[in-house]
Amino acid sequence: MTETPARPSATRALPLWRRSTLLRHGCWAVLGLLGFWALSIVLDPFANLQLAQISYTAIAVAGLTVLSGLSGQISLGHGAFVAVGAYTSALLLENEGWSLAPVLIVATAGTALVGALVGVAAARLRGPYLAGATLALAVGLPSLADYHGLRELLGGANGLVVSPPVPPLSLGETFPLERWQSWICGICLVAVLFLLANLSRSRLGRDMRLVREDEDAAALSGVHVARIQILAFCVSAGCAGLAGGLFAIVNNLAAPGAFTLALSLSLLTAAVLGGLGSLAGAVYGAVIVTLLPTWSTDLAQRADLPRAIYANIPLVLYGLVLILVILAFPGGIQSGVRRIGRLLRRNRKI
Amino acid sequence: MVLSRRPRAAVALAAALALTLTACGGGGGGGGSTPGVTDTEVLIGSTLPLTGNAAPGYSEQGPAAKAMFDYINASGGIHGRKINLKYVDDGYNPANTVTLTKQLVLEDKVFAMVGALGTPTHTKVVDFLNSSRVPDLFVASGCTCWDQPDRNPYTYGWQPDYTVEGKILGDYVTKNFAGKKVAYFYQDDDFGADGMKGLDKFIDQNLVVSRQPYQPGNTDVAAQVSAIARSGAEVVVLETIPAYTALFKLTALRLGYSPQLVASSVGADPVTVSGLLENYAKQSGAPVTGTDLIEGLVSSAYLPSTTGGQNSWIELFRKVHDQYIPNLPFDGNVIYAMSYAYTFAQVLQAAGKDLTRQGLIDALNKGGFTGPGLVPFRYGPDSHAGYTGGQISTITGGQQVLSGTPLTTDDGDGPVVPYTTPQPAAPVNGVPAA
Repeated sequence: MTETPARPSATRALPLWRRSTLLRHGCWAVLGLLGFWALSIVLDPFANLQLAQISYTAIAVAGLTVLSGLSGQISLGHGAFVAVGAYTSALLLENEGWSLAPVLIVATAGTALVGALVGVAAARLRGPYLAGATLALAVGLPSLADYHGLRELLGGANGLVVSPPVPPLSLGETFPLERWQSWICGICLVAVLFLLANLSRSRLGRDMRLVREDEDAAALSGVHVARIQILAFCVSAGCAGLAGGLFAIVNNLAAPGAFTLALSLSLLTAAVLGGLGSLAGAVYGAVIVTLLPTWSTDLAQRADLPRAIYANIPLVLYGLVLILVILAFPGGIQSGVRRIGRLLRRNRKI
Repeated sequence: MVLSRRPRAAVALAAALALTLTACGGGGGGGGSTPGVTDTEVLIGSTLPLTGNAAPGYSEQGPAAKAMFDYINASGGIHGRKINLKYVDDGYNPANTVTLTKQLVLEDKVFAMVGALGTPTHTKVVDFLNSSRVPDLFVASGCTCWDQPDRNPYTYGWQPDYTVEGKILGDYVTKNFAGKKVAYFYQDDDFGADGMKGLDKFIDQNLVVSRQPYQPGNTDVAAQVSAIARSGAEVVVLETIPAYTALFKLTALRLGYSPQLVASSVGADPVTVSGLLENYAKQSGAPVTGTDLIEGLVSSAYLPSTTGGQNSWIELFRKVHDQYIPNLPFDGNVIYAMSYAYTFAQVLQAAGKDLTRQGLIDALNKGGFTGPGLVPFRYGPDSHAGYTGGQISTITGGQQVLSGTPLTTDDGDGPVVPYTTPQPAAPVNGVPAA
């Protein structure tokens, strides 16, 4: 961003705010960090665990929403990228004894690389074919852990146990582990949202939208379509990889049973619920898919229902919320928020 | 005056300090504020699959354990406390197990975990439970990994581990099918590996003609079964879960191959297996009678059989079943869960009126618990392994018929020895004797 020399005048501050996306996003990021910190302080340890889970889910969903919402590609297999990130982190933390920050960076970069490979194939596939290919990835990749040559390394069906990161002693001896985990995830979430927001406003983001709207037109106007599509896959897989690394340290595991097709589908559900292409929507979606199962289970348990019904209540509620949101806001929750915002502004003018 | 006042102040100060210190110590070690324990109730938690692939059979364990506790509670509970079990569905997904276990410990503040089910799921919370000093009793899995008192002082197994069972079956095969060719059909994970470790200690390696693994989830086992059939094995040992015992039998039937079957107790419950056989056969349009197909299946049992003769424990469990969970089948899973529930009640009884987590562990380490099991436990300060063996059973006329005496052994190179102490009678009201 080109910065004009700062002039000590209040009237100039607004244009700078308008002009500089970097500054605007930076301010939102700082606000977001403060909000997250305040939230984590008031919540109890278990709620902090859920906060951490929401955060890593939101990171994966944000990546997915960039892929689908910006570049117009679909992935039913993002759970597989989460698995790659989780296993990479588990191996580096437990076997190599690396410290957390480099582990997360390598997990992100490594998964982005895997995403680029998939992206090469994806750039040649369209619509249902791409959906099918990524679906196969979600089903196939986690069972790689059970492959004979890799069993020793990846722990087979039982998977790997990851020791959680210990809060530094400077925070006090009784500082809850779950709050430390949620802090790590929160910082990563804000950083990812900041980077993705900038990406979406950059020339690259514009190119991605162009590719989504009309590939031929984009190609004619000098956009390298395949390269943009591969890059989008790469970025979104990187996000899923980081989410996977955080998944491993929050849940203390990397195991095939955790990366089911249901995980991939719930990421997609979150993206659709929140509103495809919207980063704020990714957060709303992550909140819903993380908390809804817990709430509905508690509800069912309190109602003391028979076992056959009790076991299926979470799924029913899940479906119900999905139907309701799609009926009320076809463009996801974020579109609803925008519409309400517009209504409020119009009312104010009157 | 000044002199006499000072010592008083010092004493008051010292007393206050001592009080504060004991209060702080109490927070960590128990005392009056043990989580999950009140004068009238003790709250415990469990995770198990109520939905998903692993739910058939296993989902009965939560309600069955709860029914046993309800029955004990109706007789007045233990030391005036009612046992309240909260069991939750993890769908056999370890990520869910972690979240739910933390919820049970951090939010619901359970006193202990009891009967949490599954190796890939529960191995992920053992560190958390032990670092939080939550007793983690009677994990429902035969993994040898629960028996690590140095690493995991709060975790205890319950059923005989897969190696112990493998040794007893291996010993039987060697003695009763001498010289016959043997094949193994095993689940390709720790379950299968631990089981084969036990089998291999007794079965002559020259006689083992084929070892065929299967992946849980992949229901096509035709390749493995035909490889075993081609090898000419006369005895096939199944280290399988019930679904794969049934799949093996059906696939072998299609190939016209009917070897002598020997199965780990995990996959040998006649009610579950015959039910599965009928289900699978119905799906492929060929109605069969499940019990006919498993006639002659040999296994090792460590609990009395649901159908076998007069047994006071089975009578007690059937009464509990008919009263609280009449809609569930009365099968091995129900017996299993009621039995570990009873063992927990025994430990609670032994831990005394002033219940603390450490008190519970101490009581458990003193050992000496006998109950529904046919063999003794191995609990002690140096052993957190559960039942030490089993008794050979053969399915005859659809029922598990026990033969010979119960046998005990260990994980290592110890011999298989008979256990001749008779089983104690079950208390009528379900409450273990103090």
